[in-house]
Amino acid sequence: MLKIKDLRVEIEGKEIIKGLSLEINKGEVHAIMGPNGAGKSTLSAVIAGRDEYEVTGGSIEFEGKDIMDMAPEDRAHAGVFLSFQYPVEIPGVSVTNFIKTALNESRKARDLDPMPAKDMLKLMREKQALLEMDKQFMSRSLNEGFSGGEKKRNEIFQMAMLDPKLAILDETDSGLDIDALRIVANGVNKLKNVDNAVMIITHYQRLLDHIIPDFVHVLYDGKIVKSGDKNLAIELEEKGYDWIKKEIEA
Amino acid sequence: MKLQDKLINSFEKFGQSLSGSETDSLRKMRTEGIEVFKNLGFPTTKDEEWKYTSLNKCIKRDYDFGAEFSLDIRSEDVDRFLCTGIDSYKLVFVNGVFNASLSNTTQQDKFFVSNLKDAYEGNSELFNQYYGTIADKELSMVGLNTAYAQEGAFIHVKAGAVVDKLIQILYINSDSSRSMMNQARNLIIAEDRGEVQILERHQSLSDEYVFTNSVTEISVGNEANVKHFKVQNDIDTASLVDSTFVKQGTKSTALVDTFVFSGELTRNNLHFEFTGEHAEAHMDAITLLKGSSLVDHHTFVDHAVPNCQSFQMYKGIYDEKSKGVFNGKVMVRKDAQKTNAYQQNNNLLLSDFASIDTKPQLEIFADDVACSHGCTIGQLDEEALFYMQSRGIPLKEAKAFLMFAFAGDTLKNITIPELKEQLVNLVARELKVDLELN
Repeated sequence: MLKIKDLRVEIEGKEIIKGLSLEINKGEVHAIMGPNGAGKSTLSAVIAGRDEYEVTGGSIEFEGKDIMDMAPEDRAHAGVFLSFQYPVEIPGVSVTNFIKTALNESRKARDLDPMPAKDMLKLMREKQALLEMDKQFMSRSLNEGFSGGEKKRNEIFQMAMLDPKLAILDETDSGLDIDALRIVANGVNKLKNVDNAVMIITHYQRLLDHIIPDFVHVLYDGKIVKSGDKNLAIELEEKGYDWIKKEIEA
Repeated sequence: MKLQDKLINSFEKFGQSLSGSETDSLRKMRTEGIEVFKNLGFPTTKDEEWKYTSLNKCIKRDYDFGAEFSLDIRSEDVDRFLCTGIDSYKLVFVNGVFNASLSNTTQQDKFFVSNLKDAYEGNSELFNQYYGTIADKELSMVGLNTAYAQEGAFIHVKAGAVVDKLIQILYINSDSSRSMMNQARNLIIAEDRGEVQILERHQSLSDEYVFTNSVTEISVGNEANVKHFKVQNDIDTASLVDSTFVKQGTKSTALVDTFVFSGELTRNNLHFEFTGEHAEAHMDAITLLKGSSLVDHHTFVDHAVPNCQSFQMYKGIYDEKSKGVFNGKVMVRKDAQKTNAYQQNNNLLLSDFASIDTKPQLEIFADDVACSHGCTIGQLDEEALFYMQSRGIPLKEAKAFLMFAFAGDTLKNITIPELKEQLVNLVARELKVDLELN
């Protein structure tokens, strides 16, 4: 589904990703872990199409297609979803109106008519329930004044509505209390199936207790330096990242 | 001949043509008006109040100003400039002349909606009591208007009456053979506890140059409520100087809500004065400009008595080479304790060539007041755009969402749903998106 080959990315002349390769197939859950500044968020932003980063080498293919020159909205329409570490507040645009527009734009890109209002409402109710969200939540301005937990639940709600092929969760666990973490993880697990894939970016093991990864990769200094199964995440939680740094430097 | 001289020289002949048909007091006002204009001339950028806006381009052209009755306009031609889907009273003026067949006037016991000319010919006592008493006579553009103005809207709401429908005032220019200068004049009187809502629009149907100098006087009685919406969406050969004067009595509420989308030059002079306590004034505006259009919003709120509130919310989005000016002056006089004056001017500049000059002016002579002002100039938030795009919303629509969100809080005072919907649609059309924005 996603094939990243020898990717190199710079921002303002500074290289952040230094030759990264990664392959994610449908049905898989991958976790990307690593210390601060390793390039985790850069990686997710580049896959989603943020243009302030300059890709200086390598390639990103999604479903067999080079997506490097595609606008972020086109990548979204192709099935890429990025859950933001810091979801942006947009005053004056309601959650309902926003997600309705996003969903219908994606339908338009596939030559489908807008979803009938009744179906849209039904779908929203269903996904709202999945994320245990209040009804009045929907009429509030997007992310404005939301708590950390509400913002992240809103991200997963949008993911549920858009039903992407690849969901990238950038530090979705940060700022969540235990209950919210459980709700969010439960939401992701329910959405997970054999045809889609999830890429979880995180510092910590705790989200991975709820969403079990098939693969765990350690990103350090712009490269994947170690890959393993879920036990690698447990090992990292116990020992920190220093032993990996030493292993590399040795 | 220069336009200024032409206007001054033509006055005598114009006066003679009216002789006998007007009262002495009106004739005297006209003469005083032309004297003021003769002394001051058109405002220039040397005038502090016109520092950022030059009328030069407008006044270098030659215009005709003899109004002529036109029959070649049908309701199909003007309907698209009106708020539709609701019952309304209509006052339609074509080339400066009242057009009864396109209009829907009313002369009820409780309120009057008619042409100004009918008012001074038929109801001169009321007319004399108010006409020319609210506008600032010392301004040259007011003087010029007073000298020549003959037609315009006359709205009289008697004590306790609520006008049951929106009143729409539409000035159409259809003359395709010559450039026209028009002097439109509106007089709106809401007596105590009266309520009325008005939509005003100036629209040119020809591509000849039009220069409109409009003066509106609004008297808001005690506990009365007047809402006046202005849509300024004219073509690029049309310029408008709009001077609106509002005088408010005790516990009254007044709103002037302006929507500017185009036009060569638009100058809004908005002047609010409180004569009674516990009155509330609202000034809202959305400006969405591109091309080389210019808009100049000048407001002046005179807090002459205690316990009044004024709220100004001016939002501007400027693209391409468009230019904006906001000059908001608030005067709080010595006795005007417990004044609450709020002023906000926020702007987005979408191109390197667009500009805004913004100048708050607070003059406070009372010591127990709450006055605040703020202005911002910025660009669209890149992070927010990327966020929306990453959810599949195309860049153009994402920008429209942000711009609408930016400007949208100025729509809160519109209570007629059809009007609100159509104004929102106008905004959406300007943003070139087919979105449900609200």
